[in-house]
Amino acid sequence: MTGREQRVLDALERGRRRPPKFDAERIDMSHGAGGKATHKLIEGLLLPAFADPALAPLSDAAVIPFADARLAITTDSFVVRPLSFPGGSIGELAVNGTVNDLAVSGATPLALSCAFIIEEGLETEVLRREVAAMADAAGRAGVSIATGDTKVVERGKGDGLYVITTGVGLADAGLDLSTAAVKPGDKIICSGTLGDHGTAILIARGDLDLEAEVLSDTRCLTPLVEALKSAAGPGLRFMRDPTRGGVGTVLNELARDSGLGVVLWEEKMPVREAVNGACEILGIDPLYVANEGKLLAVVSPETADTALEALRNVEGGKEAEIIGEVREEPARMVLMHTGFGGTRMIDMLVGDPLPRIC
Amino acid sequence: MRFVSEFRNADLARAISAEIASTIDPNRHYKLMEVCGGHTHTIYRHGIKDLLPEKIELVHGPGCPVCVLPMGRVDEGISIAERPEVIFTCFGDMMRVPGSKGNLLEVKAGGADIRMVYSPLDALRIARENPGREVVFYAIGFETTAPSTALTLQRAKREGIGNFSVFCNHVTIVPPVRALLDSPDLRLDGFIGPGHVSTVIGCRPYEFMPKDYGKPCVVAGFEPLDLLQAALMLIHQLDEGRCEVENQYGRAVPWEGNLKALESMSEVFELRPYFEWRGLGFIAQSALKLSSEYADFDAELRYSTPGVRVADPKACQCGEVLKGVLKPHECRVFGTACTPERPLGALMVSSEGACAAYFNFGRRSSGNQKVEIGSRR
Repeated sequence: MTGREQRVLDALERGRRRPPKFDAERIDMSHGAGGKATHKLIEGLLLPAFADPALAPLSDAAVIPFADARLAITTDSFVVRPLSFPGGSIGELAVNGTVNDLAVSGATPLALSCAFIIEEGLETEVLRREVAAMADAAGRAGVSIATGDTKVVERGKGDGLYVITTGVGLADAGLDLSTAAVKPGDKIICSGTLGDHGTAILIARGDLDLEAEVLSDTRCLTPLVEALKSAAGPGLRFMRDPTRGGVGTVLNELARDSGLGVVLWEEKMPVREAVNGACEILGIDPLYVANEGKLLAVVSPETADTALEALRNVEGGKEAEIIGEVREEPARMVLMHTGFGGTRMIDMLVGDPLPRIC
Repeated sequence: MRFVSEFRNADLARAISAEIASTIDPNRHYKLMEVCGGHTHTIYRHGIKDLLPEKIELVHGPGCPVCVLPMGRVDEGISIAERPEVIFTCFGDMMRVPGSKGNLLEVKAGGADIRMVYSPLDALRIARENPGREVVFYAIGFETTAPSTALTLQRAKREGIGNFSVFCNHVTIVPPVRALLDSPDLRLDGFIGPGHVSTVIGCRPYEFMPKDYGKPCVVAGFEPLDLLQAALMLIHQLDEGRCEVENQYGRAVPWEGNLKALESMSEVFELRPYFEWRGLGFIAQSALKLSSEYADFDAELRYSTPGVRVADPKACQCGEVLKGVLKPHECRVFGTACTPERPLGALMVSSEGACAAYFNFGRRSSGNQKVEIGSRR
């Protein structure tokens, strides 16, 4: 590498470390895609305004000490189109998504609130179906839906139904899950195949003439989390569910916040053939496609094999794999050893994953 | 998609890589240009550079259709998209291409009805479903995408769909390659020809490269093994003193091309006398417009676009990068004023653009020797 190239790359890295400024004149779709634009919005606009220490780690759930307990709280909005899709529906997502944010933060979910924003004209049958799906998912996750709110907006001002859920849970006292706990040598485990949910939605929208059997992977992660906790114990360092922005974005957050490097092995990445095929046709990388029933965990090298085995024995974890490991170098970066024998950088998703034309 | 895996076999890759290493003349440097953006993408995505000896330098050429579109054409597309009666449809990677006052994503956020489509036929369907609106398709791309626009227009004409038009920005591959070869500052030894384009035009149109310029060309597919094999074929030609057009992508590319696709194109399009290319300037007979038979579907006529010219930002060096004179990181604004999030130049927009590919996949690609990442489980 020439001196000039090194200087340019170093400058790039310094740029990446600077706190992001939010300077867009309007919000566009990329601000909701979970990648760099979303980060800029959160860190450049929301975080400075709220300036709360509980918000600062930007984890999936905030932990607030209260009396002798540590309360975990999280909230999420669900705006999926179409409302139901192969493998799931908005109601199921709205419960699982929030329960999962609590679970991967190491908290035991207790109760949810839910708010419905309903578009005038929505068929009652659809609402009835989604409410039933929520009740069913809550039953399976062992949480109650304890409070809620309903609003109706004029026709044309919503996609039929938006659901917002907030969850509270009790943070597990014996667990210290954070990027600060992650050490070089730790292994990265993925609980199953990547990109199923995002691809299923893309196909279900019908914009593509693709016929592929891809089901959303929406599920409650609590059983997988419990299996990991008991198998890895204190060797469990960090967990996250790779929803919007996918695995690529979560691992970039991990590298950035821990100051360490992440190295992945492409041939270990579990991706279904149909998902791979659809992504290949569209020029989208499955690494950046959303998942709704998967978790990424960082575990100590000593516990990795036991943890993997434990996950594979739980429903939804059969295809779990150790996909990479944490290294000292390259600091704050994610590199992938390609199945082809080369290496590539995995950067955080920029904007929406837009299909390429040829 | 199981058939893809055989073109990504690491053992085969290592074998070809070893053959390349033992074949090359250690006393010479090989500078090869992959003309097509899709090739650039494959090279970075699979880390192909790591499998080639240092003596082989890959230069990224002008084959990303998004990257070569001049800013004036982007602005004109945006001005059509902003018309209240219009539903503007385009491919995904056009959404972030910067015009002089913003991009389509921002214009959409400002209220314009802009819809991303995966094929021009989707745009035609939208026209059928919205008879009270005007639907415009923003057509871009080389001979790879032009036939699908042609077929869509033939169907629109057959069905008499009056609320559909095409803003045609299709370009052709041969004139810019010739312009590159004419460039006095170009130092290239051989070309990896664009496979997808060649499925339509075949291999014959590249015969001028060895004949008039003494440069060999190997038409290649898009799987990583295709590219390695194409590099090996070029090296063989160079070392043996041969200079010809060879077809590595025989499984998809007939030497004479796809006659049916070419026929549709010749009915629907005609050559423009000249067209502006970002970074390369005006090139004669390098782009397509709708033929007089299809004038009713021509958005340029329907909305009388004025043909504005907008100079590229002064700091932007896309032109030099496109010609292979500069590498992406050598551009003065690479990674600073120009990033994939806020691209100044078009090469940073599409993931096929040389700069975006380098930014996303290639950074540190030659500096990671200290990171031992071969120790797989």
